[in-house]
Amino acid sequence: MLLNGAEDEDKWLAEGIASVQHNAFYMHRALDSNNLREALKYSAQLLSELRTSKLSPHKYYDLYMRAFDELKRLEMFFKDDSKHGVSIVDLYELVQHAGNILPRLYLLCTVGSVYIKSKEAPAKDVLKDLVEMCRAVQHPIRGLFLRSYLAQVSRDKLLDIGSGYEGDADTVMDAVEFVLQNFTEMNKLWVRMQHQGPARVREKREKERNELRDLVGKNLHVLSQIEGVDLEMYKDNVLPRVLEQVVNCKDELAQYYLMDCIIQVFPDEYHLQTLEPLLGACPQLQLTVDIKTVLSQLMDRLSNYAASNPDVLPEFLQVEAFGKLSNAIGKVIEAQVDMPIVGVITLYVSLLTFTLRVHPDRLDYVDQVLGACVEQLSSKPKLEDSRATKQVVALLSAPLEKYNDIVTALTLSNYPRVMDHLDNGTNKVMAMVIIQSIMKNTTCISTADKVEVLFKLIKGLIKDLDGTAQDELDEEDFKEEQNSVACLIHMLYNDDPEEMLKIICTVKKHIMIGGATRLPFTIPPLVFSALRLVRRLQSQDGVIAGEEVHATPKKIFQILSETIEVLSSVPSPELALRLYLHCAEAANDCDVEPVAYELFTQAFILYEEEIAHSKAQVTAIHLIIGTLQRMKVFGVENRDTLTHKATGYSAKLLKKPDQCRAVYACSHLFWVDDPDGIKDGERVLLCLKRALRIANAAQQMANIAWGSSGPVILFVEILNKYLYFFEKGNPQITTSAIQSLVELISNEMPSDSTTPDPAARVFFASTLRYIEFQKQKGGVMGEKYGVIKV
Amino acid sequence: MVLVLALGDLHVPHRAADLPAKFKSMLVPGKIQHIICTGNLCIKEVHDYLKTICSDLHITRGEYDEETRYPETKTLTIGQFKLGLCHGHQVVPWGDLDSLAMLQRQLDVDILVTGHTHQFTAYKHEGGVVINPGSATGCAQQHHLRCQPEFCPHGH
Repeated sequence: MLLNGAEDEDKWLAEGIASVQHNAFYMHRALDSNNLREALKYSAQLLSELRTSKLSPHKYYDLYMRAFDELKRLEMFFKDDSKHGVSIVDLYELVQHAGNILPRLYLLCTVGSVYIKSKEAPAKDVLKDLVEMCRAVQHPIRGLFLRSYLAQVSRDKLLDIGSGYEGDADTVMDAVEFVLQNFTEMNKLWVRMQHQGPARVREKREKERNELRDLVGKNLHVLSQIEGVDLEMYKDNVLPRVLEQVVNCKDELAQYYLMDCIIQVFPDEYHLQTLEPLLGACPQLQLTVDIKTVLSQLMDRLSNYAASNPDVLPEFLQVEAFGKLSNAIGKVIEAQVDMPIVGVITLYVSLLTFTLRVHPDRLDYVDQVLGACVEQLSSKPKLEDSRATKQVVALLSAPLEKYNDIVTALTLSNYPRVMDHLDNGTNKVMAMVIIQSIMKNTTCISTADKVEVLFKLIKGLIKDLDGTAQDELDEEDFKEEQNSVACLIHMLYNDDPEEMLKIICTVKKHIMIGGATRLPFTIPPLVFSALRLVRRLQSQDGVIAGEEVHATPKKIFQILSETIEVLSSVPSPELALRLYLHCAEAANDCDVEPVAYELFTQAFILYEEEIAHSKAQVTAIHLIIGTLQRMKVFGVENRDTLTHKATGYSAKLLKKPDQCRAVYACSHLFWVDDPDGIKDGERVLLCLKRALRIANAAQQMANIAWGSSGPVILFVEILNKYLYFFEKGNPQITTSAIQSLVELISNEMPSDSTTPDPAARVFFASTLRYIEFQKQKGGVMGEKYGVIKV
Repeated sequence: MVLVLALGDLHVPHRAADLPAKFKSMLVPGKIQHIICTGNLCIKEVHDYLKTICSDLHITRGEYDEETRYPETKTLTIGQFKLGLCHGHQVVPWGDLDSLAMLQRQLDVDILVTGHTHQFTAYKHEGGVVINPGSATGCAQQHHLRCQPEFCPHGH
C-alpha cells in the first residue's frame, strides 16, 4: 500500500467516488419518489464507502465532502415528514437498523440534528446520546471525520440553545459540555493518529496529521461563538477543561496548535483575566513545543488590545499582566533547558515590545526585561549565532524607536550590559543605530555624565576592540562610522560653559585612544566644538571672573593645543596646520597674544618639518598669509617675526609662478585696509618688486628651457596688485610704475591671436577695460587714473 | 525662470552634523537647475546628496575638501551670464571685495561666487556682481539666487 502509494490511492479514491455517485443516483430516485426505505438503503451504502482505511487524510476528505453533500439532501428530506410520513422519533429508531456502524452513526447524526430542531426531545439528551455513540468508531481518521460531521450538523442548533434564549443556564452548560466532550474525543483520536502505521513514514504522517488540525480546532471556534460562554464560564469551565486536555495529550503538534488556537479564537479580555491558568500551562507542555511563538502571539494580541482601547489599561495593572508574563517567560526558559539562545532572546523581545506598548511610562519594567535578558546571556558564551545577535539588536533598538530619545535609554542600567554581550561587529552596528537615532531626532546630550555613558555604549566605534584586526575593516564602512562619530560630537552640547567644558574633556578623553586612523576624523569636530565655546566666552567676556571658573579661553586653548598636537604626530600635518590657524584666529579675537603667537609657531613648525608636497605647501602658505593678514593682536616684534617667516616661505616655493603669487599676496601683510591697520607702503612695494623679479626670472627660465615666452599672466596679476594699492592710496605706487608695467605687458603679449596664453590676453583686456572705466568714472579716482594711458 | 542654488562651506562633519532640516526640506529634486558650490563640503556623502538634488553640480575645492579632483577655479555660463566660481582662501585678503574683483577680471565673468568667510554678501560693483553665499550649515546663511535680469545686470 505504501510502496506505490500515490497511484494506488488515486485509483481507490476514484472507485470510492464512483460508488458514492452510483448510490447517490438511486438515493435521489428514492427521495424523489418519497421512498424512505430505499433512501435509507442507498444512503447507507453510499456512506459505507467512508469505511475505507486506504486513503490519506487529504483524499479521505475529498470523499467525505462528496458524501456530505448527499447527506444535506437527505437531511432536507428527513425534515419534511409529509414526504416520508414517519415521526422524527420513529425515524431516529429506524436509522439504527443500518447494518454497519459507520453509516448508522452518520445517519443517526443527520436525523439527530433534525430531532433537536423539532424539539420533540430535550436537546441535551439527543446530543449526549450522539456524542456517546460516536465513541463506537475508534479508527482515528474515520472517527475524526464522523465527529467533525457531528460538530458541523449540530453547530447552528448549539448556537441557538447556547445563546440562553431558548433555555436557562443549564442548557448553555449542556451545549458547552457537548462541544467539550466532542473536542476531547476528537483530540484523542487526532493524537493517536501518530501511532498508526510504520515508524519510517512518521514524517509524512505528521504532515498529514497537521492537515487535519482544523477539524479539532473547529470545536474551540464553536465554543468561542456560543453566546452564553461568558468570562465566568470560560474561566471556570471551558479553559480548565481545554487546558487539561492540551497538557495531558503530551503531543507536541497538538499542544502547539491548540495553545495557538485558544489564543486566536477567544477574546483578548478573557485572556487578560485568565493569564494565570493560561501561562501556567506553558511550562507543562512538551519540551519541544515552540512556546516562544505561542507567547509572542499572546503578547502581541494583548498589546494590540491595550493600544486599541486605552480604557483597559487599568485592568492590565490590576491583573499584573507584566509580572505574570515576565514570570511565565522565566519559567518556560527554566523548563525548556534546550531552548536555543535565539529563542530566549526572541521571548524577551516580545515581552519588551509588550512593555513598551502597554506601559511606556514604566522604564523600570523595560530595565527589568533587559536585566532578565542579561542574566540569560551571561550564562552563555559571546553570541555567535547571527539570528540571536539580530534579536539582541532588535531588543536594544526597540526602546530607541519607542522613546525617540537616547537620553531615556542612557538611564537604563542594563542597556550597556546587554551590549557587552554582542560580538564586535554587531556592537558596532548597534552603536551606529544609537548614533542614527540621536541624529534623526536631533537629541542634544547635555551633561558630561551622559556623554560618558554614551561613549561607553559606542566604544566599538571609538577604539579597536580586542580581537579586531585593522585589515579586516572595510575602508568605506570605517569612514562612514567615523564620520558618524564626528557628527555625533556636534550633538553633545550644554549652554553652561562649565558643563560644556566637562563635556569637551570627556569627549577628548575617549577619542584620544582612537588611534591614528580615527583621530583625523574625530579631532576636527572636537576642535570646532571647543572653539564655539571660546567664541561664547569671548562674547560674554568679563561677566564671570570668579576663582571657581574653569572655563576660560586660556584653559580651552591649552586643551586645543594638546589635542591638535596629537593630530600632527598621527601624522596628519595639513589638517593640524589648518586647525592651529583657526585657533590662532580665535586667540586673536580673544586678545591673547602669547597664545596666538604660540599657535602660529606650531603651525610654522609643521609647515617647515612636515609639509613636503609642493601643492600642499602652496595651499598652506595661502592659509598662513590669509590668517596672518587678519591678526591684530600682535605687537610689532612678533608681527615682524611672523611676516618675515611667511614671506621667506613664499619665496622658497618650488614653482616660480607659485612663488610669485605667494610673494605678492604677502604685500597685504604690510597694508591692512583698516583705519588703525598697518600701512607700510615701502614694504608693500618691496613685495611687489620682488614678485616682478620672480616673474621675470620665470620668463627667462621659460626662454632658456623652451625657447618660448613665459607666463605673461603673472605680470597682469601684479599689475592688478599695483592698481589695488594705487587705489588704496599707497604713495609708493606711482602712475609711472603702472604705466611702464602696462607697456611691458603690451610688448610681451604677442600681437597675433595665436598666443599660447589666451587667459593672459583676456585678463589683460579686462584690466585695461577696468582702467578705462576708472578713468571715466570721474571724481577723485578718475583724476588719479587720468595720467595713465592705455 | 532658471533656479540656481549657490552654497558653500558646509564643513560636514567638522563643524556641523548636517545641513539644517529646513534647508533640506526646501531642496526638492527637480526644482533646481544648477548648483554652484564654492567648496568645503567636506565629505563625499554631501557631494552625493547635492547630486541627488540636481545633477548639474559645479564645485571648486575648499581647503578641507577630501576630494582632490575639484578645481581651484571654474567658469560656466548660465543663460546670458558668465559665472566664476572659487572657494576664496587663495585670495588674500579674504573676502576683500577689491581683491575678488581682480579675480573676477582674471576669470572675465559677470558674476563671481566665492566662499570661505562664512559671511553672506552680495556686491554690485563696476565690473559686475560678487557673491558669497555664506555657510550652508552656519546660521541660515544659505541663499537662493534667482537668475533674473534685474538682479544680475550684465556687466559688459
